[in-house]
Parts: sequence; C-alpha cells; structure tokens
Amino acid sequence: MNIPLLYSLSGLARTIHIWLAGLISNEMLLLTTEMVIMGISLIAFLVLLCFFLGYMERRVAAFMEIRLGPNRVGPKGTLQIVADTVKLLLKEGLTPDLSDKFLFNLAPLIVVITSMLVIAPIAFAKDFQLWDINIGVLYVSSVSSIAVIGILMAGWASNNKYSLLGAMRSGAQIVSYELSVGLSLISIVILSGSLSLSDIVYSQSNGWWIFKGHIPIIISFVIFVVASTAEINRAPFDMAEADQELTGGFNTEYAGMKFAMFLLSEYINLFVVSAIAATIFLGGWMPFHIGGWESFNHIMDYIPSFFWFMGKTFFIIFIIMWFRWTFPRLRVDQLLSLEWKYLLPISMVNTILITVMAIMGWHF
Amino acid sequence: MRSLIAEDYVTPEGEFVINMGPQHPSTHGVLHLKLWLNGETVNKVEPHLGYIHRSIEKMSENLSYRNFIFATSRMDYLAAHINNEACALTVEKGLGIEAPPRAKYVRTIISELTRLSSHQLWWGCTGLDLGAVTPFFYAFREREAIMEIMEETCGARLTQNYMVPGGLMVDIHPNFQKRVKEVLTLIKKNFNEYDEILTGNVIFENRTKEVGYLSKEDAISYGVTGPTARASGVSCDIRKWFPYSAYDQVQFNEILDTGGDCYARYMVRMHEMRESVSIIEQLIDNIPEGDYQTKTKAVLKLPKGEFYQRVETPRGELGVYIVSDGAASPYRIKYRSPGFSNLSALPVMAKGGKIGDLVAIMATIDLVIPDIDR
Amino acid sequence: MFLKEYFGTIYKSVKSLLTGMKVTGYYFTHQKEILTEEYPDNRSTLKMFDRFRGEVIMPHNADNEHRCTGCQACEIACPNGTIKIITKQELMPDGKKKKRIDAFIYHLELCTMCNLCIVACPSDAIVMGQTFEHSVYDKKTLRKVLNKPGSKIMEGVE
Repeated sequence: MNIPLLYSLSGLARTIHIWLAGLISNEMLLLTTEMVIMGISLIAFLVLLCFFLGYMERRVAAFMEIRLGPNRVGPKGTLQIVADTVKLLLKEGLTPDLSDKFLFNLAPLIVVITSMLVIAPIAFAKDFQLWDINIGVLYVSSVSSIAVIGILMAGWASNNKYSLLGAMRSGAQIVSYELSVGLSLISIVILSGSLSLSDIVYSQSNGWWIFKGHIPIIISFVIFVVASTAEINRAPFDMAEADQELTGGFNTEYAGMKFAMFLLSEYINLFVVSAIAATIFLGGWMPFHIGGWESFNHIMDYIPSFFWFMGKTFFIIFIIMWFRWTFPRLRVDQLLSLEWKYLLPISMVNTILITVMAIMGWHF
Repeated sequence: MRSLIAEDYVTPEGEFVINMGPQHPSTHGVLHLKLWLNGETVNKVEPHLGYIHRSIEKMSENLSYRNFIFATSRMDYLAAHINNEACALTVEKGLGIEAPPRAKYVRTIISELTRLSSHQLWWGCTGLDLGAVTPFFYAFREREAIMEIMEETCGARLTQNYMVPGGLMVDIHPNFQKRVKEVLTLIKKNFNEYDEILTGNVIFENRTKEVGYLSKEDAISYGVTGPTARASGVSCDIRKWFPYSAYDQVQFNEILDTGGDCYARYMVRMHEMRESVSIIEQLIDNIPEGDYQTKTKAVLKLPKGEFYQRVETPRGELGVYIVSDGAASPYRIKYRSPGFSNLSALPVMAKGGKIGDLVAIMATIDLVIPDIDR
Repeated sequence: MFLKEYFGTIYKSVKSLLTGMKVTGYYFTHQKEILTEEYPDNRSTLKMFDRFRGEVIMPHNADNEHRCTGCQACEIACPNGTIKIITKQELMPDGKKKKRIDAFIYHLELCTMCNLCIVACPSDAIVMGQTFEHSVYDKKTLRKVLNKPGSKIMEGVE
C-alpha cells in the first residue's frame, strides 16, 4: 500500500540521526545520546501539552458554564497555566507530620512516571514512534495499570482518612475498569490480527476501524471511552478525588509541586487514553479517505499526519471533557455495578460478535 | 506511625471515625458531622453544632422592636426577607395593627421571589454536591436576575431589611412590576433546561432515588418541616394552614410527595418553584394602590404578653416567639428555625447509606448553617 | 422480559445522558449567552441602582451647607452604634445659643447598611450612597466624618 504523505516528522528524525551519526562514531554513545534527546524532548512536549490541556479544560468548562474562563494572563489567558505552575513551584512542599515520608514523596513520581511510560509505543505521525514494540497493546494496558499503586501509596502514606478512602475507591475502580478497556482493545486486535500499534494503524489505511467494523466496533469504542474515563479517574468517575465527599481524596495532603505532579499525570493520562482511542479506532495518523473519491483523498493526504493524529486525539479529549462538565458523579457502588453489570457483559458479547465477524470476514 | 489504633481513629468494633467538617466542601458552612464508618457505609452520624453561633436571640433582647429585625437577615441568609417578614408580623400582632393591603401584596411577592432564588441556589448546590458543576452556574443566571430586583427595590441583594413593623420600609420601585414579569418569563423558559441537565439524568436519579429515606412518622416525631417533610407526605405548608400576608388571596397547591427519599425532596422543591411562579403571576398585576406603611408610634412598645408567628421559609417553618414585659425591647426572643429540626433527622436518614448518600441527603435537606446555629 | 428491561435501561440512560450533553453543548457553541461581567474593566459603565445601599453619606450643597440638625435620631435608630454625633453650642447673631453638629462620625466598618438611620432622619440630612468599593488597608480609615470641614446647616432646616 503506497501512502503518499508529503510531510512527515520521520524525515526530521532521520536527519537528526544522520547528523548525530556523523558526529559520534561509538554505537553505544550514539544510542545513549539519542535516547537522552528523545527523553528530554518527550518530557518537554508532555509538559507543554499539559499546559495546553489545562488551559483547554478551563476554557471548555467556562464556555459550558456560561463563563469566560481565564483571560487575563497572556493573550486570551493562555499563560494562566504557566502562572499557576510558577505558583505551585514556589509553594512549600509540605509533608505531613505523621505520614510515611518515603512513600509520601515517592507516590507522585510513580504516578507521573507510569503515565509517561505509556506514551512510548504511540505513533505520533507516519513512521514516527518512540518504540515500535510488537506487543504495543499489551504494553499499554499493563503499564497503565501500575498507576493504581502510586495512588494507593499516596492514600496510605498521607495518614489521612479521606486519602485512604479515596485510594481504596481508586483501587477497586481501576482494577474493574481495566477489564472493559482490555476487552475493547482486544476487539481491534482480533480484527487487525496484530498487537503492534503501528500495524493496527496500517491496517486502517483503507478505512478507519470505526467505519469498517460496523456496530460492534462502535459499541466497543463507546465502552473504551467510558471505561478509560473511569480508569484515569476523571469525572463523572472521579471517585478517588470526589471533592464533595472526600475533600480531594488521595491528594488531600499534597501541596505545591507534589500536587502538580498528580495534576500532570492526570492530563498525561487523558492524552494517552485519547491517543490510544484515536490510534485504535480512528486510524491514528491515517488521513480520512472515502473510497472512490480520488481527488478528495489526495487533498486529505496533504494535511500532515501529525495533525491528523492530534486532531483525532483532541476530538476525544474534548468528548471526555464534555462528560466531565455535564454529569454528576456516580456513587461508589453504582460505579462498580456499571462495570460488572453493564460494560463487562456487553463487551464480552461484543468480543464474540467481533470474533465471528473477523472469522467470516464480514468487515470491510 | 504513632497512635494509629486510637479511639479517635478506629473504635474497638472496627468502625472508622471521620470528622466531616467543620471545614468540608459539602457541609455548606461550618457544620461538623462525626461519622462512624464501616468501609464506605455510614453506621452513625453525630452533628456537632455551634461553630457559627452569634446569639442573635440574645442580641435582639437589647434592641428595640424596630431595630431587631435587621439581625434576622443573618440567620437564614438565603431567605432574609422571609425572616424579616416573620419578625415584622410578630410585632404587628403584638401591636394589634395590620399592614395595608399594598404592603401585604408586595411582601408576598418578595417572599416568593426569595423562595425562588433560594430554591435556585439549592438546585445549583445539589448538582454541585453530587459532582455536577455546571448546573450551579445555570442556577445563578436566574438567581442573579432576582437579586437585581431585590437590589433595585430593597436596596440590598441578600440582607434586604425591607420590612418594618407596619409595612414596607419604602414603596416599591417603579420598575418593579416590569422587571418581575421579565424574570418570570426567563425562569419559565429555563425550567426545561433544569430538567434536561439534572432531573432526568440517569446518574442523578440513581444517586437520589431510594436514598436517605425518611418515613412520615419520623418526619413528624423529629419536627421536620418544609419541603423535607412534605416529601415524606406530611402536610405542613404554613402558607396553606395559617395564611399570612396575602397568601389567602391566591390559589396555589401544597406540593406533597410520598417518596420520602432524596428524589422526592428534590421533586417537591422543583414543583414548588413552579408554584411560586404561579403565585407571583397572580399577584403582580393586582398590587392595590394605597399606603405602603401603617403609621406607628416613634417608639414601639408591645403589651405585656407572649406572641408567636410562624411563616414558611424555603426550608420549613420559621417561628418567632416574643415574650414582652411591656418595655421598648423584647424580654425574651426565640426563633424556631427550620434548619435545626431538619438537621436532627439527618442521623435517621443517613444511617446505612454510603458517604456519597450522606452528601446527597445534606444537599436535599437544604441546610443553611447560620440558620441552625443562629 | 429480563433482556428487554436490561436494554431498555441502557437506552433510557444513554438518552438522558445525551440530553444533558445537548444542553452543555448548546452553551459551548453559543458563546453570546455568556453572562460574565469583567468587573474592574467595566467600572466606567457600571451603574448601581439608585436605591443601592453602599454607605451613608451627607449631601452638601454648593455653599457647603448640609441639612443635619444634630437631633441624634439616627444615632438612636442605629442597631450597631455605627453613628456618633458630637454637638456644640453655637452663638447665633441674635444672641441665642443653638445646638449644632461638630462632627457626624460614621463607622463604616460597623455598618450593616440596614437603612434604619435614613428612615429615622426627620430632615433628610443623610442618604445612602452608591459607592461599594470600600476595601482599605487600614481599618482606621473607615471611620469617617460626614460633615465637611467648615460646613454649616442649611437655612430654614430646623
């Protein structure tokens, strides 16, 4: 399949690689340098992304609530988050007296690091991927569930009863919703026949799975969005924080930069989840093509693949934000009954349907 | 970690003890609830009061009958006008005078506007307590319009102090009727939105239905009044039973529900808002001309005796009890505030529920803490 | 039928959720409905209602004359002790001595804007001003003397 993409970030990556290879002859050193560059640029990208997501969330919330939102610092308020970050940096990094100090300080790091790790196999643009691992889907779903350990740690170490309750809620929640997320991921794995995220993207070159896979895929897409909203602890499933019940849940005792780490990880998780949904169901960086419309498809190809990826991701991010600013919070037992009585049985039946569909070749 | 197993953390039976408040987002002020939890389940609730006690009753005993009214605005600050009206009515009862019809009509209209604005705030806060932030802002849009009417006519938005014994402090503003009609149009238009975003929402229904059940017997024995009691089937609307001001001139229904749960309390208040709109519509075009105030003496002196007047605030029955020894200031004053009695039924409602249910119950009782402590 | 009920519940739930999202979606796309007033910026156009109770003021006319006779009715009417009137005896041209105010002291920090003093005043000497920006760094500056220096009572006000 020849995909004529004119602009791609892979060219840039290749140029840097060739330039570095000219400078450094040692293989090992070259690899290490490249990894350091990758790490720094990834962290910088994620922090900037979180700034933007924070700004976006506040503006989206404001417009839905007939308000204006932040519009004072910088043009249209874009620097508000930067100002907030400076404020958080200057705050005292308080550790409560009776807390388990080691775990208390470790927890935010674990939460942030796990959410950053999940970025690795995601294809940001055509042939532009940090780590094209052949078990990408498995990697994503297993690494993202480590985050619950960080949250449990934070809740336990704070020596605060609200924190502990929040952490326990979060534990039950993430473990249950992991199942639905996994099953919806599996439905695409069945259809594309590969666990590698880049293969899944390439399998959608003649149409995105959400269009190719009929109603079962739409169902599993909806389940994926709902379950992953729950997995990243966002309203209406923010049982672990639940400001009105637990005054902030597991991060009640955190202040300053440690609190900002939780915030950072929340936004990275939001991005990761949306990016995976975009990759798996909406074709990742694949442009939108309609069979037979050659000139239309050609115009679509002129839009760089990075923008396709980001556009789809932000579409899903917007939907998740829309959920948050519309719905009340579920109660903790209803949260679990939603998973075990509705999402899980439906996605199990759905998986069977998709398997039948894949075997019979009913999809496009 | 020292002293983890102490009486204050975990009881010998293994119950988890949590202090909810006095600084907590959903206690609506400085209410302190001590909870005994079994996991997420609430075994026992104990409200601790007194954090915002300002002794308004004792203060009132040192003020003249004209002056003590202003302080009651600070009791139930969401229904300041109705508190003021209750005091003015009691003093009028003692003096044996009556406000002129114009004042009565205006009092009723402003009372109902107060009720509307209070219920709107309650609606927003209920959404907020259950985790939906957006309804709060929609509620404030209409509330703001009502506040502007208050500001234009009474001079203040929240603590109006528009009542004096014998009538109104000043006549209504010339724009009053026009503005009230505009606001009613706005409110009627936006009722649908309220239903769409919160009432019909499946998450909201699950959070409130069959939660915080209060039986009719319990409601009566704890002295619960207002929408909280009417949701349990107790007919207790003072406006119907003991009409004051111009309530005997209007047709309206007492909203009753037999559910007794949070959803019933919610629906009673939602219907009450519609009733309030209809009451105001009946009165607004018929405000009689004439005096807005009965002439009273410069120094008011109530005859020796005891006087009691009750009114229906958005939260229930407010009673004002004055004991007079014939002097220029009351000998003893007692306010029977609705919030205090309604709070006393909270342990019954919350028992066996989850923490999330407790929040929903507190939201639907519509607690105003300064009203409880006075 | 169990299955019918099951899917009926799902259908109704999803429908109710979408109804809610429709409302928020409407406001997201219709930004002309935004009600926020950007307060410090709209100060020039912001007009308070003429009955708004911001603070007690004593109007003076062009000749620096006020209407206060120093009868202390407002001081008695005030529930908080906000007003303190200091009087002096002034020698009239016809040789009689008359009570005149020396200082009308108004403690803004104690005032609850209840309007009782305005109602009590027999000569309409004090009214409610519409200023509402009272925040100061020093509490002492909230103690105000309402009669301007050198002012005297208007002719004909008793």
